[in-house]
Amino acid sequence: MSMPAVAAQGSGAAPMERPPILNEFSMVVATVNGSGSQTSNMAILRALFRMGVPVGGKNLFPSNIQGLPTWFTIRASAHGFTARRERSEILVAMNPATFIEDLAGLSPGGVCFYNDTITAPRTREDITFYPIPVEELLRELNPAKALRDYVANMAYVGVVAQLLGIDLAEVRGALETHFHGKAKAVESNMAMVEAAAGWARQNLVKQDPYLVQRDRQTEGKIMIDGNTAAALGALYGGVGVVGWYPITPASSLAESIQEYAPSLRTDPETGKLTVAIIQAEDEIAGAGIAVGAGWMGARSMTSTSGPGLSLMAEYVGLAFFVEVPVVIWDVQRMGPGTGLPTRTSQGDILFARFMGHGDTKHPLLLPGSPTECFEFGWKAFDIAERLQTPVFVLSDLDIGMNLWMTDPPAYPDKPMDRGKVLTDEDLEQVGDFARYRDVDGDGIGYRTLPGSKNPKGVWFARGTGHNEKAVYSERADDWTKNMERLWRKLETGRKLMPLPVIERAPNGQAEIGLIAFGSTDPAILEARERLAAQGIATDYLRLRAVPFAPEVEAFIRGHRRVYVIEMNTDGQMRQLLQLDVPDQAAKLRSLTINSGLPMSARWVTEALLAVEEA
Amino acid sequence: MAVEVQEARPTGVNLLGLGRGDYRGLPSTLCAGCGHNSISSQIIAACYEMSVPPWKTIKLSGIGCSSKSPAYFLNRSHGFNGLHGRMPSLATGALVANRGLRGIAVSGDGDTASIGIGQFIHMLRRNIPMVYIVENNGVYGLTKGQFSATADKGQVLKKGMENPFNPVDICIEALAANCGFVARSFAGDPRQVKELIKAALGYNGTAVLDIISPCVTFNNRDESTKSYTWGKEHEDPIHDMSVIPEREEIHVDYEPGTATTVEMHDGSRLVLHKLERDYNPRDRMSALMLLEQARVNNELITGLLYLNDEQPILQDTAGLVDTPIVDLSPEALRPSPESLEQLLADFR
Repeated sequence: MSMPAVAAQGSGAAPMERPPILNEFSMVVATVNGSGSQTSNMAILRALFRMGVPVGGKNLFPSNIQGLPTWFTIRASAHGFTARRERSEILVAMNPATFIEDLAGLSPGGVCFYNDTITAPRTREDITFYPIPVEELLRELNPAKALRDYVANMAYVGVVAQLLGIDLAEVRGALETHFHGKAKAVESNMAMVEAAAGWARQNLVKQDPYLVQRDRQTEGKIMIDGNTAAALGALYGGVGVVGWYPITPASSLAESIQEYAPSLRTDPETGKLTVAIIQAEDEIAGAGIAVGAGWMGARSMTSTSGPGLSLMAEYVGLAFFVEVPVVIWDVQRMGPGTGLPTRTSQGDILFARFMGHGDTKHPLLLPGSPTECFEFGWKAFDIAERLQTPVFVLSDLDIGMNLWMTDPPAYPDKPMDRGKVLTDEDLEQVGDFARYRDVDGDGIGYRTLPGSKNPKGVWFARGTGHNEKAVYSERADDWTKNMERLWRKLETGRKLMPLPVIERAPNGQAEIGLIAFGSTDPAILEARERLAAQGIATDYLRLRAVPFAPEVEAFIRGHRRVYVIEMNTDGQMRQLLQLDVPDQAAKLRSLTINSGLPMSARWVTEALLAVEEA
Repeated sequence: MAVEVQEARPTGVNLLGLGRGDYRGLPSTLCAGCGHNSISSQIIAACYEMSVPPWKTIKLSGIGCSSKSPAYFLNRSHGFNGLHGRMPSLATGALVANRGLRGIAVSGDGDTASIGIGQFIHMLRRNIPMVYIVENNGVYGLTKGQFSATADKGQVLKKGMENPFNPVDICIEALAANCGFVARSFAGDPRQVKELIKAALGYNGTAVLDIISPCVTFNNRDESTKSYTWGKEHEDPIHDMSVIPEREEIHVDYEPGTATTVEMHDGSRLVLHKLERDYNPRDRMSALMLLEQARVNNELITGLLYLNDEQPILQDTAGLVDTPIVDLSPEALRPSPESLEQLLADFR
């Protein structure tokens, strides 16, 4: 190398004056969409994880294939906090177009790694700058033209690893995982990582305090995104038919089912699949395929996001009224309209809960981590088949598409519950069969499946008004009786839903109760510690389903002030809680943010303090 | 009729020991004289004659007068009266879930060619084994007489409005979508309707039957191409046809060289007897040209327009096991605990 040693420029303090900061930083990598930086970011994230350092990774990407700016934030936290941080200490600047803005957003005293072809002025005096000679390293390595852009991004992995102390062996291991062990891909990328690290070793002097050292806090954990976990949950849940249509951020859910089905769900004798995965022409057909399969007796599902959900409303209403079990995954993004396809949200709560014309209501499952995406991935079928109704699982882009550090999902702890299905033999035992008769008083009728031979069990599924024998009826009493039974059934469903998770303040019961759900969990957990540090004790109830368990009402009654924290504009979950516990409605305060970004602990803390101190 | 069928079983029952009554449905609530009722009768007759097991059959429909008719046949079969124009996706899900069953679907011209044209085309692309009957009358009956997408250009409503648009030809759409069984018939020709349904039942794929089925209440003016009078005056069958179920002997006394026999997927045989023209139903281009000529010449061409029995069905394209998914054991549906342990190692 010909380049002289570069002393870090503009650093606010000499290295010895700043004590090292171990395993505690937020790093933002600013790149251009489509430049292949995902592999580089995954390599850093996974290497940190394998060094035992708790990490969170959030990809903030545009709805675009190539060319628009993308930011990926990697948070390392010695305290185990993985929520998105609003500001970062470390910037990896690879995109000249956003350099000035990115630099301005860096925390005081931060660090900036930059592609040395970026000529924009370095406007901050308090920042430590490290150049990355991407072009020069590329010239020396001369990778295949097709790989050039990907390999180029590995330069920052090498320099960052060298300066922060990330073990290159772990980077290699991360790449092996990423490329499923394909040696050639691993080697061509690793060559750049090593060259860049070597260059940094010779030419850069460490001037910043941020360091990584091995820890043991990730033992027993895994790194997985919620869509993959949901797909695996469905496959372990015995899914038989999947009808779907591509949409961001849900596509990778069905695609993961497709990816894992051959290894998990192939008949050993014939080598053929035990699950049908059909990419439909639109979400209407995706839902139709799932409903048809559910009627037939298969475990069936579809997965989508906002606009697709709108198209599915017609079939969801039909399935509710005909009482067909079906599971609908909604990986939420920003709406209304096309909205922001690549930004996260919790804005479909009310729509999913009441989807359909006329009187309709649907159970919602609310996974708070990829682990729960797996769990609800199989459990949703048990609930749907037991209740004979559509069941929604509301995930979001943050859980669905980002890699989370999470507990490995547990194997299903009970056999599949296929619900009340009568076979030909069962029909011999019963005197008379009526599809929609409430035999057990729980609102759930017995169903027979097409293909059963006993003529006694034959019924005609219809979206038109029907009596308990499924025969067309316009009689007022038939209609009324049927709807009353459906609501009785929904009430039965309340007992089948996963219970909320309640975490109490360490010293007795707090005056303040927090209620949240879904992907905001890490932010709430961290905010509670921040608040506790300021002397504000909170209890926290994380909802995992609608309808609510009795514990939810008790929690609301048991606290002087209750904050419902969510990522939408209208406080949708608060509205559902107010409907459920009307006499406590005024007590429920709403804290909402709808920025499209994963919730941060700082926002939760400040938003709550603002109300508390008002 | 040129074909004789020798039956060796008690009279009044078919090979399954079922009588015609076992294939009937509830009394129709459609108008007296509706073409749809005649088609329902032929579905009953065809299923009886082909010894179709009702429990191995599902009935499917969308919304409209036509879509009510599954209640009027095969009372011993399960059925689903679904959404307007969306029945094909429902059928797709149902039949991939249970490949042991066969679908008999009834749709209308509004249900298929107006609101449902998208699902219709995609169903054909996928090739789901199912008889898909369009009861085509060029008009919306249940909502009292609006134009459908197959209404004639210039068709006049009771209130005097005239249709300004060209009609969709369901058979041309089916051919364009690579459907391997495309037929047109006329409810006023019950024998042909029945034989076509029998042939369709033996076909392994989506069989489209576009049956002109006059609406006596809203579209039966003599000049309408969907009326009884027009149909009777303009019907031009391309062949005489008969379907002989499996296990029955054929006695054919056609002139040599005037009949073709096709072995169908279910073992039945389809005998096509030449009428005036030489027509090869295995040539898609001929079918398209015939339909275009018929349009120009103002004729109702009927018969099996196109047959291609070599296209894979969706269940095979999707690589599914032979056992219906609904019959798989819990062990086949839920992978082992060890497999999960192994899998999770990749995420550490």
